[in-house]
Amino acid sequence: MAKTLFEKIWDRHVVKTIEGGPAVLYIDKHLIHEVTSPQAFAGLNKRGIKVFRPQQVVATADHNVPTLNQHLPIKEELSRLQVEALKKNCAEHGIELYGLGHPFQGIVHVIGPELGFTQPGMTIVCGDSHTSTHGAFGSIAFGIGTSEVEMVMATQCLLQSKPKLMRINIDGELKAGVVSKDIVLYILAQISASGATGYAVEFAGSAIRALSMEGRMTICNMSIEMGARCGMIAPDQTTFDYMEGRKFAPQGEEWNKKLAYWKTLVSDEAAVFDKEYHFKAADIEPMITYGTNPGMGIGVSGHVPALNEIDEKEKPSFEKSLEYMGLQPGAAIKGKKVDYVFIGSCTNSRIEDLRMVASFVKGKQKAGHVEVWVVPGSKQVEKQAIEEGIDKIFEAAGFQLRQPGCSACLGMNEDKIPAGKYCISTSNRNFEGRQGPNARTFLASPLTAALAAITGEVGDVREHYN
Amino acid sequence: MSKSINRITSTAVPVNIENVDTDQIIPARFLKATSRDGFGKNLFRDWRYENDDEAKPKAGFPLNDARFKGNILVAAKNFGCGSSREHAAWAIKDAGFDVVVSSFFADIFKNNALNNFLLPVTVSDAFLQEIFVAIENDPNSEFQVDLPSQTISIAATGASEQFDINPYKKTCLLNGYDDIDFLLSITEDIKKFEAQNA
Ligand code: SF4
Repeated sequence: MAKTLFEKIWDRHVVKTIEGGPAVLYIDKHLIHEVTSPQAFAGLNKRGIKVFRPQQVVATADHNVPTLNQHLPIKEELSRLQVEALKKNCAEHGIELYGLGHPFQGIVHVIGPELGFTQPGMTIVCGDSHTSTHGAFGSIAFGIGTSEVEMVMATQCLLQSKPKLMRINIDGELKAGVVSKDIVLYILAQISASGATGYAVEFAGSAIRALSMEGRMTICNMSIEMGARCGMIAPDQTTFDYMEGRKFAPQGEEWNKKLAYWKTLVSDEAAVFDKEYHFKAADIEPMITYGTNPGMGIGVSGHVPALNEIDEKEKPSFEKSLEYMGLQPGAAIKGKKVDYVFIGSCTNSRIEDLRMVASFVKGKQKAGHVEVWVVPGSKQVEKQAIEEGIDKIFEAAGFQLRQPGCSACLGMNEDKIPAGKYCISTSNRNFEGRQGPNARTFLASPLTAALAAITGEVGDVREHYN
Repeated sequence: MSKSINRITSTAVPVNIENVDTDQIIPARFLKATSRDGFGKNLFRDWRYENDDEAKPKAGFPLNDARFKGNILVAAKNFGCGSSREHAAWAIKDAGFDVVVSSFFADIFKNNALNNFLLPVTVSDAFLQEIFVAIENDPNSEFQVDLPSQTISIAATGASEQFDINPYKKTCLLNGYDDIDFLLSITEDIKKFEAQNA
């Protein structure tokens, strides 16, 4: 029978199925971090059991870490205690930890792929919704809650109901200045922030095939913003080239064996999806969000919807969100002043993102009134940026290159956007208070963010590519 | 924390806002604890207080309105989207709720709720409106949530609707079972699976 990519992986991981209930799904890799794991470890300790397969778990500290002076103890006491608890728990349970100071430390969804821990055909979970990122390699990867973290620690399994299947096809060529972040913001604007709830989404089509692994990760990363259980892209030569030689990628004979299997991981021609969308790459503009969920996006040259364009039922939440953002219905977004520029997060903090920004800002200066933070996704990204001289370009432009972590993506660590200020951000969520209480977020691509850093306002990068 | 759910009769607290994400339910800066307790006091923190100040409750927010009480939270469409933080379910449960009603829940939130004996009840858009209207007409309106028969009803009007729940999860909630107890009981099957797939 013809199968989708999702079904091929799912079927190989079902340990057993409960009558009329969920399946027991085997989990190959488990990533953990300091925020969503302590209560799970406490649960195991209370039951008097150890982590079942510690060698299939990797830990890092990312959410709560400062991005300046990482060699010093963490100032904020609760953050420090949480990071210390992770260290202690990992030591007690024999889990490899890439904590602060380790050359592999970084945002959990950046380090998994870069270390070759993330591989096609796997099931991967983490107590973090953006685990969907790893689906870019053709794996089933999804975020879980802390109770589920405990289940995976205890048994390497989860009880899961099979989601419905959706395929989103993007065909054709992107216009200059339009990048993968714009693709995903565009899809979100089309299908809404709940458009894929209950579905596993496969992204396909020639525009997706043409993307680098970094670009694919950006798209799968934000599939959770559509409500999707997971996002995935079939592995191909781009995937294999990216993986070969990475630290935990298979080597030699093992590599050849795995490669032969990975090449079978495509949706069969006749496979059936419960829902399918088709979009044209040429229709996509550089995108920006104006509201307080990631589905509230428009082309940068467009206007915030006018009240009469909004469904009667959605007016209250639309108006609430514009009030929060300090914007008027029908207003243009281009020319809007920004106070902060944040380039980072598991959506856009990989080396390719930093290169993209550097090539745009080289020889230019940031606008006087903006504060620009560039936060690499990992120690390895940071190291590579320095080796390539990207740090010098940022320094000359007046950008601050900080140390790896989640940073201003979530208003939990020291990096917060002050109340009322506007931040153009390459992260994934523009929720109220996400970057700090009353902070106002515009989500955009690294290029659009770089342009705003230079001009101090929202602009259209396409004008710089003609 | 009550570990099983059967029939609940209660008044309800309405939060009639769509797309409530878990960052609103519990903002990230409150996720630094290493235990599961005490999150209830920060439930909807930034919607509840002016400038993060407990001395300045925002008048319009339902959780600050003494008329609204009970252990049923009624929310609008797409509740619990965004971050996977289970702290959102802990905060709601810790604040004294056993049931959340909406016309649409985000996936991860729904699982987290079920794992914490917080029952997510999905109703039709129309029925959800009827509930909001009933509360608006009389904040003392009672609702019955009956898990065995999978029905929710409005006492004032007698209207009721069926809701879906996975039969396995229903058994867990009725009996206070954890998934983890079940998974631990099949460790031998898991080991066999590993051996076959090595
Ligand atoms: S960068 Fe942001 S979205 Fe990504 S894991 Fe960290 S907090 Fe979550």
